[in-house]
Amino acid sequence: MISAALALLWLAGALLLVRVVVGPSLADRVVALDGLLIVVICGLAVNAARTDSDLFTDVAVVIGLLGFLGTAVAARFIERRGA
Amino acid sequence: MRGVGEVLLLLGAGWVLLAAVGVLRFDDVYARMHAATKATTLGLLLVLGGAATQLAGEDAAKLALVGVLVFLTAPIGAHLIGRAVHRAPGDVRIRIDTVDELRDAETIES
Repeated sequence: MISAALALLWLAGALLLVRVVVGPSLADRVVALDGLLIVVICGLAVNAARTDSDLFTDVAVVIGLLGFLGTAVAARFIERRGA
Repeated sequence: MRGVGEVLLLLGAGWVLLAAVGVLRFDDVYARMHAATKATTLGLLLVLGGAATQLAGEDAAKLALVGVLVFLTAPIGAHLIGRAVHRAPGDVRIRIDTVDELRDAETIES
């Protein structure tokens, strides 16, 4: 069951990666990368549950914080330079 | 409890996958943002809840912290991106709706 969840997350990551590559605008890429970060956090949580290790949860907290910063900076950039 | 957690994990992962399909298939930036923000937030909360049932107290608390962070910052981030696209110089290919409240508000201001 847990490996099925991981497979779904892999598929979601692949679809989002297609959107990151295809674009067409910078805003599309930023939105897709934002979704990709959520997929990564989900993968870390699933792995934490699977391995019962305490390494993954710390990384998830850091990614949750930094992801928002990246989005905010990208939004400033788009507002000045255009998408 | 363990079975419930695994069902939550699977449900959340499926929800994130639906969001990814939305990001890939929708037509313009705003529609993609709609899929990428709301559906992934719900999917993430389901996954975190499912994982938290399988972990010890401290790790479950950290996952809850992640959930609170994402729940607070995801709408703010989407709002920032949406406003930036709306104001951005140059032409992003978006569908123009008849109602554009942000444009109206900014016209009144200036």
